[in-house]
Amino acid sequence: MDWSAINPAFYVASVMVAATPLLLAAIGELVVEKTGVLNLGVEGMMIIGAVCGFITAVETGSPSLGFVGGALGGAALSVVFAVLTQFFLTSQVPTGLALTLFGLGASAMVGQSYVGIVPPKMPQLMSGADLNAFERIVLGHDAMLYIGLAIPVAVWAVLRFSRLGLILRAVGEDHNAAHALGYKVMWIRFGAIVFGGACAGLGGAYLSLVRVPQWTEGMTTGAGWIALALVVFASWRPLLIILGAYIFGGIAILQLNLQAAGSTIPVEYLSMSPYVITIFVLVLLSALHKYGISRAQAPAMLGRSFHASN
Amino acid sequence: MYKLEKRPNPSNLWAYLTPFLALIATMIAGGIMFWMLGKPPVDAIRTIFWDPLFNEQFAAYSRPQLLVKAAPLILIAIGLSIGFKAGVWNIGAEGQYVIGALCGAAVALAAYPLEAWWIFPAMVTAGAVGGFIWAMIPAILKIKLGTNEILVSLMLVYVALELLSSMSVGVLRNPDGNGFPGSRNLQQYASAHNAEIWQGSSVHWGVVAAFSAVVLAYVLMSKHRLGFQIKLAGAAPKAARFAGVNPHVITAVCLGISGALAGMAGMFEVAGPAGQVSIDFASGYGFTAIIVAFLGRLNPWGILAAGLLMSLTYIGGELAQFIIGLPASAISAFQGMLLFFLLAGELLVNYRIRRAAPRTVKEAV
Repeated sequence: MDWSAINPAFYVASVMVAATPLLLAAIGELVVEKTGVLNLGVEGMMIIGAVCGFITAVETGSPSLGFVGGALGGAALSVVFAVLTQFFLTSQVPTGLALTLFGLGASAMVGQSYVGIVPPKMPQLMSGADLNAFERIVLGHDAMLYIGLAIPVAVWAVLRFSRLGLILRAVGEDHNAAHALGYKVMWIRFGAIVFGGACAGLGGAYLSLVRVPQWTEGMTTGAGWIALALVVFASWRPLLIILGAYIFGGIAILQLNLQAAGSTIPVEYLSMSPYVITIFVLVLLSALHKYGISRAQAPAMLGRSFHASN
Repeated sequence: MYKLEKRPNPSNLWAYLTPFLALIATMIAGGIMFWMLGKPPVDAIRTIFWDPLFNEQFAAYSRPQLLVKAAPLILIAIGLSIGFKAGVWNIGAEGQYVIGALCGAAVALAAYPLEAWWIFPAMVTAGAVGGFIWAMIPAILKIKLGTNEILVSLMLVYVALELLSSMSVGVLRNPDGNGFPGSRNLQQYASAHNAEIWQGSSVHWGVVAAFSAVVLAYVLMSKHRLGFQIKLAGAAPKAARFAGVNPHVITAVCLGISGALAGMAGMFEVAGPAGQVSIDFASGYGFTAIIVAFLGRLNPWGILAAGLLMSLTYIGGELAQFIIGLPASAISAFQGMLLFFLLAGELLVNYRIRRAAPRTVKEAV
């Protein structure tokens, strides 16, 4: 095979693009999990975001409005999850699964007449074939990629330094104590879930508008689940989400490049590598936790319903 | 003002009623969804739920199909329900189904063209073992290291799908197939064909296995000590541990049973209705079975009914595609909706809605 076919600047730039959907979905889910809610519907919200973003962008001709549409779509689906888990007190694991199953079906239904269309192109800060490595890596991207990098930093600052962050964390660590202090646990979680949905929707829209850019049925192919794994990988720390997403994006692009460069490894085995590596990372982390080398940082109330008895 | 009050015990009445309420709510919401797609809502619902059974023109074809599609759903859902009772979330049944099919088909293709009585039993065993081993990966990781079984079992679905496409263009490809992807057709190989047991009944061995699984699961969960321990581990993990239930054993048993059943389901499918290993063999039964398990309220008899109902929506959905041009994916959105309403209905089982007395001054002080 021919390693010289892989241009380092192009490689890094495309890793950044590949990482952004994962990063957006994962940072949203991190906030949700910080308040003690486990939403397994990331995949469903992402794909709804992908199709809503795509349709909005195609119909309005504006990719920026497309991202707004994607975020709204993801948020709308997450409202279903929020209502079910917070007001109907359903258990979070099956509700999240329902969200994913519904999202995959509904998105395919809504998007069937949009297959094969090319969406309007998101403008880049600098573009062209003659960019040098620095320009290509640092400046050659669309606005959403930079916003995607800013969100984890903002989330980190809010969780760490602000009163809102303290409340969010309190709800996730001990909902009874937060309730006793007078915080509306249900509504705080509701807000976090909708934020998570909007972020997942943005991630999905990035997939269909920039990364691929096209709409196909089931196009998320497990990205939502990898985002869930990323939250575990980052040990619920916002800034580590960036690192994790870039590592996973790097793997995804590397295997695509290997396919293109005519590697001797069969295509199917390259395609399964991101999933296999996700499993390895999860295993490695749980081994580290088990032998006390690092501590699990999961919020104490993760996955538990809250019902105020008075 | 109304408020929710937790019932001292879950209501039995509502436990039986909620699946029906959820179904009615889904029909209404689904009707609205079809109407928004510009399809006649009443016609669509009737085509999905009524025509496959009673329409003179189609019923003769679609009635027998009911069992063919229900069998894998029931078989997989029975296994999943045991795990869900224990709080062991195997959501990778689709992967175990694919691996079971690959292992079962591999045995048949290795034996081809030999005709012998033992080939089919060996395929069933291989399918079950394949699914079992695939499910043991998350089980062992969970037991040894505490790795989350939800994420691992799900990631393994994607790995299994890649293996499937690798196998159908590689090792298992039909050598006489002129280079087309896909294996030999097992329907044309008498010893391996999962054929109808009685002519015209459409009952194949997978259907028999599904019904047996229902009965065995009922015996296990209601009459056997292990079933009690599984339920205890799910409802009260601490109490279970004090009672000497080993949570590791429960995890292994639940994932093992569900993996083996999903693997068998895949094998019966590949040797029967599907006929061959091909790139598009996986059809999402492993995910739909999650809905079936919940629709049946994790009870074996309930799952039997739920599997038949879900199979009806598949067949009705195909009819609706054909007659009124409903998109194929509408039916999976419809099935997802059903799960939402089912979960919401759970509220009525565990809580009651009480009219809260207006707060008196004394109370407020």
